[in-house]
Amino acid sequence: MGARPVGGSGAVMAAGLRLENANPLIYGRSSERPLTAREQDGLEADCIDGREIFDLIRSINDPEHPLSLEELNVVEQLRVNVNDDESSVSVAFTPTIPHCSMATLIGLSIKVKLLRSLPERFKVDVHITPGTHASEHAVNKQLADKERVAAALENSHLLEVVNQCLSARL
Amino acid sequence: MAAGGSVAALVEDFVSGQQDGAAKDLATGVVDGKCTALEIVEALGTCLTNSEPRTRGRGVQLLSQVLLLTYSSLNQKEVEVLAVFYIDRLKDHHLITPHVLHGLKALSMSSVLPEGLAVVILKALFQEVHVQSLLQSDRHSVYSIITNFMDTREQELKGLAADFTFGFIQAMDGEKDPRNLLMAFQISRDFITNNYELGTFVEELFEVTSCYFPIDFTPPPNDPHGISQEELVLSLRSVLTATPRFAEFLLPLLIEKLDSDVQSAKVDSLQTLTACCKEYRKKELKEFLPALWHSIRREVFQTASEKIETEGLAALQALSTGLSKSVIDSDAEDSLDTFLNNVLQDCKHHLCEPDMKLVWPSAKLLQAAASASSRACSKITGCIFPLLLEQFNKHKQSSQRWTILGILKVFIKLTHKWDRDEEDENPLCAFKDQLCILVFSALTDSSVQLQTVGASTLAVLGSQQGLLSPSDIELTVEHLNRLILQEGDPQVCAAAFEASTTISAIHPSAFISKMVPALTQELSTEPMEVKAGDGPSAPTGNTLHQRSIQALAAISTHPSIMRRTVPALLQHLTDLQKGSAGTERKVAVLTCRSLQLVAEHCQGAGESSQYFHQLVVPCLLGLAVQAAVQGCGSEVPLGVLCEESVIAALGAVISTAYGHRHTELASRTISQVVALYLDGDVSFLPENNLPRKFQPFQPPDSPWPQTQLIALLQAAVCSLPKTVVVPQQESLLTHLMELCCTSSHQFTYTSAAKCIAGLINKYPAGEQLDSILQDLLKKMDRGLQTNAGDCSQSASRTRIFTLLLWLTKALVLRYHPLSATLTDKLMQLLTDPALGTEAASGFALLVSDSADVLNKATHADVRIMYRQRFFTENVPKLVQGFHSASQDNKSNYLKALSHVLNSLPKQVLMTELPSLLILLLEALSCSDEVVQLSTLGCLHPLLLDAPQIMSLHIETLVNKLLDLTSSPAMKVRIASLQCMHALTKLPPHVILPLKARVIQALAKPLDDRKRLVRKEAVAARGEWFSRQSLAQQDRQARAPFPTEKSQL
Repeated sequence: MGARPVGGSGAVMAAGLRLENANPLIYGRSSERPLTAREQDGLEADCIDGREIFDLIRSINDPEHPLSLEELNVVEQLRVNVNDDESSVSVAFTPTIPHCSMATLIGLSIKVKLLRSLPERFKVDVHITPGTHASEHAVNKQLADKERVAAALENSHLLEVVNQCLSARL
Repeated sequence: MAAGGSVAALVEDFVSGQQDGAAKDLATGVVDGKCTALEIVEALGTCLTNSEPRTRGRGVQLLSQVLLLTYSSLNQKEVEVLAVFYIDRLKDHHLITPHVLHGLKALSMSSVLPEGLAVVILKALFQEVHVQSLLQSDRHSVYSIITNFMDTREQELKGLAADFTFGFIQAMDGEKDPRNLLMAFQISRDFITNNYELGTFVEELFEVTSCYFPIDFTPPPNDPHGISQEELVLSLRSVLTATPRFAEFLLPLLIEKLDSDVQSAKVDSLQTLTACCKEYRKKELKEFLPALWHSIRREVFQTASEKIETEGLAALQALSTGLSKSVIDSDAEDSLDTFLNNVLQDCKHHLCEPDMKLVWPSAKLLQAAASASSRACSKITGCIFPLLLEQFNKHKQSSQRWTILGILKVFIKLTHKWDRDEEDENPLCAFKDQLCILVFSALTDSSVQLQTVGASTLAVLGSQQGLLSPSDIELTVEHLNRLILQEGDPQVCAAAFEASTTISAIHPSAFISKMVPALTQELSTEPMEVKAGDGPSAPTGNTLHQRSIQALAAISTHPSIMRRTVPALLQHLTDLQKGSAGTERKVAVLTCRSLQLVAEHCQGAGESSQYFHQLVVPCLLGLAVQAAVQGCGSEVPLGVLCEESVIAALGAVISTAYGHRHTELASRTISQVVALYLDGDVSFLPENNLPRKFQPFQPPDSPWPQTQLIALLQAAVCSLPKTVVVPQQESLLTHLMELCCTSSHQFTYTSAAKCIAGLINKYPAGEQLDSILQDLLKKMDRGLQTNAGDCSQSASRTRIFTLLLWLTKALVLRYHPLSATLTDKLMQLLTDPALGTEAASGFALLVSDSADVLNKATHADVRIMYRQRFFTENVPKLVQGFHSASQDNKSNYLKALSHVLNSLPKQVLMTELPSLLILLLEALSCSDEVVQLSTLGCLHPLLLDAPQIMSLHIETLVNKLLDLTSSPAMKVRIASLQCMHALTKLPPHVILPLKARVIQALAKPLDDRKRLVRKEAVAARGEWFSRQSLAQQDRQARAPFPTEKSQL
């Protein structure tokens, strides 16, 4: 991958929407987490850390571009906060432009990915990096509302789009 | 077919009765000589003149079908008559044409077709038939007719001249089917390469083929014809690049396609350009050079794709090569020179930009252009070197210097690519002094990266014959000494090792006078002493010792160096023996390892090999024997040379030396070695005044420090090439057998068992071998039976078992008939209460390579497919044994089976695994981790490749796999989760009913304490979440995308 983004990805373009940000800045992808001897030792316990959470969300596909959230700098490891002992995770994401209409969808994808991948004991908070989106407050409120998230996932069309964002890239 | 009379009847059956089988009967009749083709024509008679085209068609169809089966038994007259008939039929109704083409195809394969008829047939074909309005299979017939004639009647067809070309161009114009295109491309290519006359149709032939470029073809799923995009691309490319006469059309086309946005089109264009440059010279290329260079440069500078960059550089190199091969006219300009000037002009300034943004792409382009020929290389390096040298001095930051030095290194390597004539001066000579100064300054830089690339550049410089002066070499060795003995960073040190290896092979004397003394000096100093004045990054004494030992091996690239380094290593071993054991063990093993590397290195060189046989091996044996004899009985603590790991390492050196293919050397010294062990004859050892006799074969009084040296005997006698006869072999075997049954020292009896196995494996087949084996078998049987159940004798049974195991391996490897008997004995032991587990683990040894004996390096008799054979012969028995075994012993069978299954590649197993499936499922419940892991390893590929069979057991699979996700062993948890992941590849109707339950169950491993397990759990659970029913998928595919407002 890593080609210059000229076209958009399938699902959104099918609806005939124009790309809002046709030529975004592209950032590099981090290398795979190096395997340590400690991780290979079956006796030692590894706690859930920021990098592990970041590895869960960095490869989520952007709904508009054939790029990952990491490549668009929508998610960054320094905006991930995790406390394994208190079972809490907080992720802030940064839409590429302040009027990005996909912000809710991106937030939902991150939230769903974390809910599916983390132990049930975790409390998951996903929000927009303060000051980076026009309707920051509204989006945050939607993402924090358990019922609305659940209802959104009942919608099979939406679920399909989310699954597409979460699908492994070829 | 009964008689001639029934020809008419059969014809009637076919034409009116619509019975297709009749054609075959008639064909058989023709082949057997019971009727002739012309009789069939007669019998068809009225049917061929019938006014109804369908009936006429049926008639011709019959005749064509018969001909396709019988064309080779027709005589010339018949062929002629039939050909004339068919040519005439081409004018008939279009319904008949397909059958006529079939008939002509049959005739075109006949070797007795009269001269001249091929031309007539083709002319008529081109005139009467509009090929592209036919069906695919009929067009295929046309191409087949042309291909057949081109194969057999080239001269006749050439008489047709350009008419043939034109006819074919018209015939293939507009072809769409990939199968036919492959044929049409093949014909076009043969046209060109076999010099058919193209006449004025060069451009037409190019147009009719090039319109498919670049090929974009995705084969339909389950394509039975198996035509790939790759095949079509290569076939078309071979047409387009077949002749320089296409150049004026092809090059503009390629330039145009390079502008495309489609990556595959770019790649195809660049690859085609590379291919055509093999034939193209200045004449063809000249006009398009500026445009081609422009496109290539743009692709390399701008692309994000590595593939395009690689192909672009390859194309540039091909262009430059083509120009290099062009003849230079005396009057006209040198086109290579002009082209390279162009390249230089566009790339040079990027090398000097302060931000260095396009440095690497520019350097790569220049390197590609320079790598075409010696002339191109001289031109470019002559221009680039001063520039790069200046840049290096201008930039002060080490990261920038690193980049420039890296580029310089590649260019220096390039100049090495061509053999120069004596009088041609190395283009590097002019820059040699500056380069040396620059490299040496890099070696003293503080940056690790710069030092590393400096060392590897030094290696490249040093490997150029006659470039560096003696004083340069001396300085080089001093720098390398410093890097090896003082540098803290292992990466730099490794680069220095590599450079030393390369340069020492060319300049041995400097290394003998400078490096060997320095390294020896280091070895003789006390290791713990920390040198004053060095920074915290300086290596400690222990590391320095290890490095010196490794460096001595690394520079032993030349016989004259080896004669200095090996004594130094041997001396070090002697010194170590005097010290106390324990801490030195690692160093002693490392020293042996270095000696082994040197021995491996002089594999081919007779002189060095002799040195090892005559001096090194006796010296090593002497050291070991002395240590053993002194150690026995005295109060002095045993030296480091009595440790098992050190003896094994010594054995590796001896084994490598005796593995050399210099047989006369080996046979001279091996008798001395055998005499040492059998008779205690120490006369050939360097220091042989021993306090006590060396008698390893005198049990039970011989002490273990002596008997364990059997390992060294084994290293020597088991590594010999098959052509060398081991002296006193029978006597050796008897003594070894004795020792194997009586010694209570594990290392001793294992070594003895290995030694027996190594000898038996190479023993020539025949009565003598059989009697030895019978003897061994009897003794083993007695040993195993008499003491069964007697706990006090368990040690003795373990010894016999060890022998049995190694002997079985020796025989299995050489396909000896007795191997089955021995394997059965091992299998019986699986139910033995004392030896069962060991026997199960023993199967791993049978099917895996062992490091020190019975392998290729020791010239063992190893048959190529022995694992497969072992598998087919023994797996059914193991399965049967499993079913009849008691509950206690089942796991032994499963474990043995796991080892055998694991030794074979999964592709080979795929056909066998389904029959073992029930067993594998049962094995999942076995509590042994080895069994669980190996079973999961077998199930994983089955889930991916045999979903139908696996679907039948979905319930069992899911239950057992989920159980294993909470296994105490991390590897088992990971493997079981990978299998849970693979389950999602089964058909939706199988897995969807389980979705909710699995997702629920997989929540638990998400909280595993190991990160690697959580990773697999996340992947598996995510995949299960995204499985949906086909109906759901279908519904969603048709549904419009929801608008933003309705989302939440």
